[in-house]
Amino acid sequence: MAVSLSDGSVGLVTPQVAHFDEPFTFASGAVLRSHELVYETYGQLNHAGDNAVLVCHALSGSHHAAGYHSEEDRRPGWWDLAIGPGKPIDTNRLYVVCSNNLGCCDGSSGPNTINPATNEPWGGAFPQPQVKDWVRSQKRLAEHLNIPRWAAVIGGSLGGMQALQWAVDFPDWVEHCIALAAAPGLTAQNIAFNEIARHAILSDPDWCHGDYLAQGKLPTRGVALARMVGHLTYMSADGMSDRFGRELREGSFAPGDNSEWVFQVESYLRHQGARFSTQFDANTYVLMTRALDLFELAADYNSDLVAALSVAEADFLIASFSSDWRFPPQRSIEIRDALLAAGKPVTYANIDTDNGHDGFLLPNPTYEALLSAWMCRVGPS
Amino acid sequence: MSRLDLDTVLSWVPKGSRVLDLGCGDGAFLARLSEERDAIGVGVDIDPANLVTAVSRGLDVIQEDINDGLDCFTTNRFDVVILAHALQELTHPHIALQRMVDIADEAIVSFPNFGHWSCRLHLGVKGRMPMSRVMPRHWYDTPNIHFCTVTDFDALCSALHIDIIERATIAGPAQHFLGRWFPNLFATSAIYRIRRSGD
Repeated sequence: MAVSLSDGSVGLVTPQVAHFDEPFTFASGAVLRSHELVYETYGQLNHAGDNAVLVCHALSGSHHAAGYHSEEDRRPGWWDLAIGPGKPIDTNRLYVVCSNNLGCCDGSSGPNTINPATNEPWGGAFPQPQVKDWVRSQKRLAEHLNIPRWAAVIGGSLGGMQALQWAVDFPDWVEHCIALAAAPGLTAQNIAFNEIARHAILSDPDWCHGDYLAQGKLPTRGVALARMVGHLTYMSADGMSDRFGRELREGSFAPGDNSEWVFQVESYLRHQGARFSTQFDANTYVLMTRALDLFELAADYNSDLVAALSVAEADFLIASFSSDWRFPPQRSIEIRDALLAAGKPVTYANIDTDNGHDGFLLPNPTYEALLSAWMCRVGPS
Repeated sequence: MSRLDLDTVLSWVPKGSRVLDLGCGDGAFLARLSEERDAIGVGVDIDPANLVTAVSRGLDVIQEDINDGLDCFTTNRFDVVILAHALQELTHPHIALQRMVDIADEAIVSFPNFGHWSCRLHLGVKGRMPMSRVMPRHWYDTPNIHFCTVTDFDALCSALHIDIIERATIAGPAQHFLGRWFPNLFATSAIYRIRRSGD
């Protein structure tokens, strides 16, 4: 049995589905007549309803944040590091909810689900969601689960942006807000990397203008390339040097050996790309990267970040990761400084790590200790 | 910093103040300020272990180097800003002081007095850089790169148009009164309440 149900694991978990019949209107104006959100919960909601925590996933994440789906599962949920009994987000005390974002491909209504109007997969016709749309859809889910407000909304990267959007859009719903490796908006460089990823997908002959599912095809080459580029931006140069160096996986540096050379780093990226290309929906990747591009926390406040965050009523934990160059510490510092200027309670840490942007998902004693220490103030005492 | 120094600092913080503690360490003093003075405190410290301990006390802490991390604090955001025994470790103490009196209505600053007779003895008689219980490190590996005397600090405040509201000096038990009358010679450390000059 691969699953260890030892201390610290939430154990076996089963995703649940919430069906919503009332129409959902996106920020773009597009409307879903009905939709579904798939989600997981860990821990128990208490009688007062004041121990609920929302965990928001990042670009390629899902509702499966912790525990295992079956005893044969080889990997736990994407943030098993932080969620579980006795872990920083302690399920002995807290009730944790994680939902698959609208427009994603792990069960919530999205491009790979059936459009009730056509009985075909939505494909490229699924509306473009924005971060603020996810926040509103998650609020519906909270109401569906009889949660009166969140003791905390927590996320990293795109999930951190959602957490911040929550604190600004529904201030009385968010008591604590944790944004890890996030940014108040994307830079031209960020958007450029996303465009390369989208271009890779759209250039794949099997893309079929987004209707590959209806045509029985999958643009796996494009998705793999998009993932390789994306994955590269999640790692740091030092971290890659430590892990792969100039090691060869195939071939040799011997004089006269002109065999096919494959560096370890090449092999790793190819593996990551190939694995992702069969698991993740291409349309979703396009929608998610676009949602990132469109994100600007202060968009409704004349791009004034201090004005936007002045509305919030939450206590904030903002953390960056020293070697993150996708959303570098400076971007978190922008958020921190706006919070300070707005007079909001904020703790800020820059975690020293070689793990790059992925730092928020990976073990690090200081990071875990800080998260644990800070989470003690979340929920009923 | 001794208990006596901290008691003095504590007594200078009005009840219910918004306090910024620069170099807050593990947050023990800030926690005391919030308990005993109902202060709403924010700490600043560079050390990750200190940060975690301070956070576990329920405090809000900003991980930042005081040397380049004061610009994030907007003018007049705090009632009191505290810099306890860290002035001598700063790269540009004069810039930090100027910024402190901008950030808060009042600043409380303490530092070891390099004009103390024992320091003078080290330099004048032994010809060596002083080392003591308060300054235990060799000149080459000390974080204390900008020592000053009580008289030096008075002169700097004057040059920066900073008003001295109050000064307390700490001296050995035998030199208690001498420390008050001749602080530059007998105070082991000094604590100042300062603010931006009214003119």
